[in-house]
Amino acid sequence: MFRFIMARLGGTVAVLILVAVMVFALTRLASGDPIAVLLGDQASAEDIAQVRVQYGLDKPLLTQFGYWVKEVLQGNLGQSIFLQRPVTQALAERTEPTFFLALFAVTIAALIGIPCGLIAAVWRGRFVDQVFSAVAMLGASIPSFWMGLILIQVFAVGLGWFPASGYGNPGVSLAERLHHLVLPATVLGVLNSALIIRFTRASVLDILNEDYVRTARSKGLSERVVILKHVLKNALVPIVTVVGLTLALMIGGAVVTETVFNLPGVGNLVVRAVLRRDYPVIQGALLVIAGIYVLINLVIDLIYMLVDPRIRV
Amino acid sequence: MERLIYVMKRLFARRIVLIAALTLLLIVALAIFFPFISGVDPNEISVLQRLKAPSAEHWAGTDELGRDLTMRIVWGGRYSIMIGIVTALFSVIAGTALGLLAGFFRRLDGPIMRVIDAMMSFPDILLGISLVSILGASLWNVVLALTIVYTPRVARVVRASTLVIRELLFVDAARALGVSTPRILYAHILPNLLSPVLVQFTFIFAYAILAEAGLSFLGVGVPPEVPTWGTMIASSLQYADMAFWTIVFPGIAIILTALSLQIVGDGVRDMLDPKLRKSA
Repeated sequence: MFRFIMARLGGTVAVLILVAVMVFALTRLASGDPIAVLLGDQASAEDIAQVRVQYGLDKPLLTQFGYWVKEVLQGNLGQSIFLQRPVTQALAERTEPTFFLALFAVTIAALIGIPCGLIAAVWRGRFVDQVFSAVAMLGASIPSFWMGLILIQVFAVGLGWFPASGYGNPGVSLAERLHHLVLPATVLGVLNSALIIRFTRASVLDILNEDYVRTARSKGLSERVVILKHVLKNALVPIVTVVGLTLALMIGGAVVTETVFNLPGVGNLVVRAVLRRDYPVIQGALLVIAGIYVLINLVIDLIYMLVDPRIRV
Repeated sequence: MERLIYVMKRLFARRIVLIAALTLLLIVALAIFFPFISGVDPNEISVLQRLKAPSAEHWAGTDELGRDLTMRIVWGGRYSIMIGIVTALFSVIAGTALGLLAGFFRRLDGPIMRVIDAMMSFPDILLGISLVSILGASLWNVVLALTIVYTPRVARVVRASTLVIRELLFVDAARALGVSTPRILYAHILPNLLSPVLVQFTFIFAYAILAEAGLSFLGVGVPPEVPTWGTMIASSLQYADMAFWTIVFPGIAIILTALSLQIVGDGVRDMLDPKLRKSA
């Protein structure tokens, strides 16, 4: 057991190091010079050289990497070139909309996905199963920005029920914030429910074939009790995992949805940084997002090991 | 040939799969041949016809330059579908090579899979926009970026299948007969990977079309003058309020294509894996 946990931790550290190398390499391979962009057309070659020294961009790549890793380990992600403030601060300011959006969306996705998946599995092969499976595939085929644009046209421009964009003025109430999040969360939630429907269906089908389900039935328990108490409870562990992973992915993956609805979240920050070649922000955001994903994966695996002894073998 | 007919019969036993396959065939055929047959220039600009609503003359309306949207969608389909196919093809080749090496050679498994894990810890779109911004926005760089995004997915699937196939009796038998390792990989393992790889191909085909549209929307995709379904929507965005059809119809083209691809992929998977069969 101990050896397994150590091996898993070792793997995680290796992946995190690779992630750091990739993030660093990614931004340094870029073609455009961010300093030249920052200073504009008027800047002379000396000006550019001077600012390059200021940001440490004149040093060899390996030195830059070592310096960067050292700073990152101390919690310093560097200084944004355009926003004139530390990357950590820029990220922190953008966390709240992204976090609430992800939480809201995952709730919607789970509320759609788990019941639909359960129903599809129980009546597998029947008409409802076919319909839900088709709907799940449809969900995976709709571009999120397209669905966002449609919802904006219908519910914001047309009916006027929800705001079309933004996150409200600073200082408005939580209810007002959530009101702004209804449309984006619906887009993300509905589209991501597809994965949860498929996953729930598969894991419920697995459990339905177990001996103890047959036992429960032959004891004369009603089908409702069998499904809800014996099947769903046991299928829930993998389902909760996929819901957790969906949440982790949304924290960094809501880029497009945040842009459609002009939400000042982390994804929006990254898109702007990419368009302006603001390397420190791209680096910091990618590192944090990938890091969170790796760590959530690790936690899930460790919980699995504790709960299910079969995985340790 | 007989085997092919048998496979087709089983695959199309579910009517929905047949419908999806035919839809797909129609979309691809239209994209390839229609521009030659119709003789209408999809780039013809007509200022008087700007942003006209769908009518008998223009089935899907016209865009901000008065170009017929139906034509534009068919024309744009060539690029979107090309991006999808090429991305899927490259990802499948690179992913199969990596997965095969990781699954067959125990020593390579650890290093390759850690790199794959690291790549997969970035959300797809985020990795996509970062790569395109670094490589520069062009048609081929979008294909390259999307290939990098989807290769790890194929590698994982191929590795898992290779791990199973490696332990099968016919591989032992081949080795006992003195067959060389490259030949075992090529002649004995690779053919058995065909079906899972085929499934991945259809899904990545669909995802790549969706991702391309997403990248174009964010302004970091292929250049606006290349008419993909994604760039069509992106360039009409500012007219969304008054000419909504410019956004609706290219979107429907994307959905129809992606959905058909996924239904076909799902059908192939169902056929190959009896455990998942719907009628079970």
